[in-house]
Amino acid sequence: MAPDEPIVIGGMLVISGAVSYLGEDSLGGIELAILHRDGQLLGREIEFVLEDSLCSAEGGQAAAQRLSADESIVGVIGTNCSSAAQGAMPIISDAGLVMIAPSNTSPSLTDEDIAAGGSHLPGYFRTSHNGLMEGMRNAEFATDVLGATSIATVHDGDPYTEGLSRVVAASFADLGGAVVFEGAVNKGDTDMASILTEIAVVNPDVIYLPLFEPEINFFAAQMQHIDGLEDTVIIGGGASFMAGFPENTGEAAVGIYVSGPLVTGNAYNTFLAAWDDEVGGTPPSGYHAHAYDATNILLEAVAAAAVELEGGGLLIGRGAIREALAATEDYPGLTGNLTCLEESPFAGDCATGAALAMFVITEAEVYDDNWPPPVAWNFASDSPGQAEL
Amino acid sequence: MFKWKTDEFSWVDFTIDVLRVLIVLAVVVGAWNTLSSGRISLAQWVNLFAAGLSQGSIYALIALGYTLVYGILLMINFAHGEVFMAGAFTTVFFAEALNRTGFLNEQPLLAILLMIVFAGLVSMTVAILLERIAYRPLRGSPRLVPLITAIGASFFLQYTFRGLYGSGFKAYPGVKALQGAFSIGGINIPVAQVFVFCSALILMLCLYWLVERSRIGKAMRAVSENKEVARLMGIDIDWVIMFTFGVGGFLAGSAGVINGLFRPQGVNFYMGFIPGIKAFTAAVLGGIGNIPGAMLGGLFLGVIEAIGPNLVLAGLGIPGANQLKDVIAFTMLVLVLIFRPQGILGERLSEQKA
Repeated sequence: MAPDEPIVIGGMLVISGAVSYLGEDSLGGIELAILHRDGQLLGREIEFVLEDSLCSAEGGQAAAQRLSADESIVGVIGTNCSSAAQGAMPIISDAGLVMIAPSNTSPSLTDEDIAAGGSHLPGYFRTSHNGLMEGMRNAEFATDVLGATSIATVHDGDPYTEGLSRVVAASFADLGGAVVFEGAVNKGDTDMASILTEIAVVNPDVIYLPLFEPEINFFAAQMQHIDGLEDTVIIGGGASFMAGFPENTGEAAVGIYVSGPLVTGNAYNTFLAAWDDEVGGTPPSGYHAHAYDATNILLEAVAAAAVELEGGGLLIGRGAIREALAATEDYPGLTGNLTCLEESPFAGDCATGAALAMFVITEAEVYDDNWPPPVAWNFASDSPGQAEL
Repeated sequence: MFKWKTDEFSWVDFTIDVLRVLIVLAVVVGAWNTLSSGRISLAQWVNLFAAGLSQGSIYALIALGYTLVYGILLMINFAHGEVFMAGAFTTVFFAEALNRTGFLNEQPLLAILLMIVFAGLVSMTVAILLERIAYRPLRGSPRLVPLITAIGASFFLQYTFRGLYGSGFKAYPGVKALQGAFSIGGINIPVAQVFVFCSALILMLCLYWLVERSRIGKAMRAVSENKEVARLMGIDIDWVIMFTFGVGGFLAGSAGVINGLFRPQGVNFYMGFIPGIKAFTAAVLGGIGNIPGAMLGGLFLGVIEAIGPNLVLAGLGIPGANQLKDVIAFTMLVLVLIFRPQGILGERLSEQKA
């Protein structure tokens, strides 16, 4: 690399379509991270090249192809959607590049076991939490905070909900609790009475319910009419962390716990102020801090991998960046201390799962359109022991 | 039973007889295992039964639409589930408005009546337009043609309503007067379920009166008997057919609201598909073309679905029994078609109708 050439990083974000707010959210985080360094790394300009990866495998594939054809790119931030990551990962990996996703949560992306649906390839990293970590935190919450000794899990056959149910059940058992029921409903079911009756027979303290709408609405509402489940508490997964859920469920939603992303702290407040100055307003979604952290660990890895040559030139090997990134340990980010793991099913996971919280639905969310609901438990600050992953 | 002993031996009859025995055996063994284990309490059985009866009465209301149309035109209107959706989905906005103004909780009975009439009229309009635009031009063509058209119309309606109201989920607002439960000897039956069952029953009685006692009902029966002769008697066939679609549509729309009181969640453009298929099953179960048959078939299906998985399947040690609820419903359909093609209350159809 000649003395006056800039350092180029690529971006694959969703810029068009229904979830383009996710892309805007990440883009702001990336820009602020670059700005924070005055646009300079190792005395050179940082240049950012953005491609639209849409929210589909095809979009991810196309964006990855365009970026990997550009020899000057040292690493890529993206994608937003897990589906786009599936499309992009093989190309990025083949090109020897790295990609750091700010908002993917699908467990399969960091799982190397292809037989179990895993699709991880070398070069893939993410700063958003793995769905599995969410599951572990949720199990921890059930035992440590709610004091539950028995749990039932219900999924809907979707790999996402089934994976989460399995992790919660396993973690709950590890923590000494009893898994008394593991069942499923069909997508499209409206009548939950028969599974609820089965659950009432074993009468668990907690039901873990990672379902989507509308099954979760039906389930929660009909639970009110089942004898024997009066004292059972529902914990919903990230799929129910959405504004429409309390209203669509009605009165029965009050008291349900749902888990979702939460970033707090002074550094984050400074970040928000900077956002208001530079981008304007408030971030449109919940993963801007993850994008900020992703950009920072990429730039740190580039700095670590760079070798100064005689005459002011710079040698940056793609393989070296990948190694440096994988070696990231305890990097102090906005979303917690980042350590990139290497072992499947967490291969490439850099998030700690600490930037998560358990929220509790109250009447204000059901009747007055309040969102987000109050935090019942913040895993970053309230967790007694930050359980080891 | 065991016809083959007297008649000539037939493998088909033999297989069917073996099947009969196996099914009865499975049901008895499953039920015996469940009941003798005592896992599920009496109160829980009553809960399941009551929910099944309410769900069944909603199936019955929709099933009547299938049966009325079949009785007159001998066609299966597969878009009928969408007629139900049209009323239910449109009325959700009306219900929200009534809730916002507080009228829904001040005058619950009147508000619900208004909602039922509103939904009924919406679905009636959709059903009549469907008949006028999609089916009437095809009258007299081979029977497969209107059937395929009905499937096309079903998709058309689904995506039209998705375009109109979006693809998100809506929910009916809760009615305070219907919350809570009647408590009889430690068994709680939700007020909403009793209300749902009673209002469905009233609507069905109205329909029975309309068909059996009124002048237009007599015309409907005449058209169903023989269109040509009815025409010679001075009956306006087109009008009667349109009226029949309208009545079926009204019942489906009101079923949409009643369903919204029973299961308020999950209102979207696709919500008519499964109830439509289930109601069709109920209509066949009771004997298609037969009005009391559709009512009975609906109630029967609702109760079987509610109790079957826990009673029979769980007793046979089948895992995930609750997921096989639909299997029970459609197995019932297959069994009825094998053992009693005319349905529970159906008469043997004449050559012309069959």
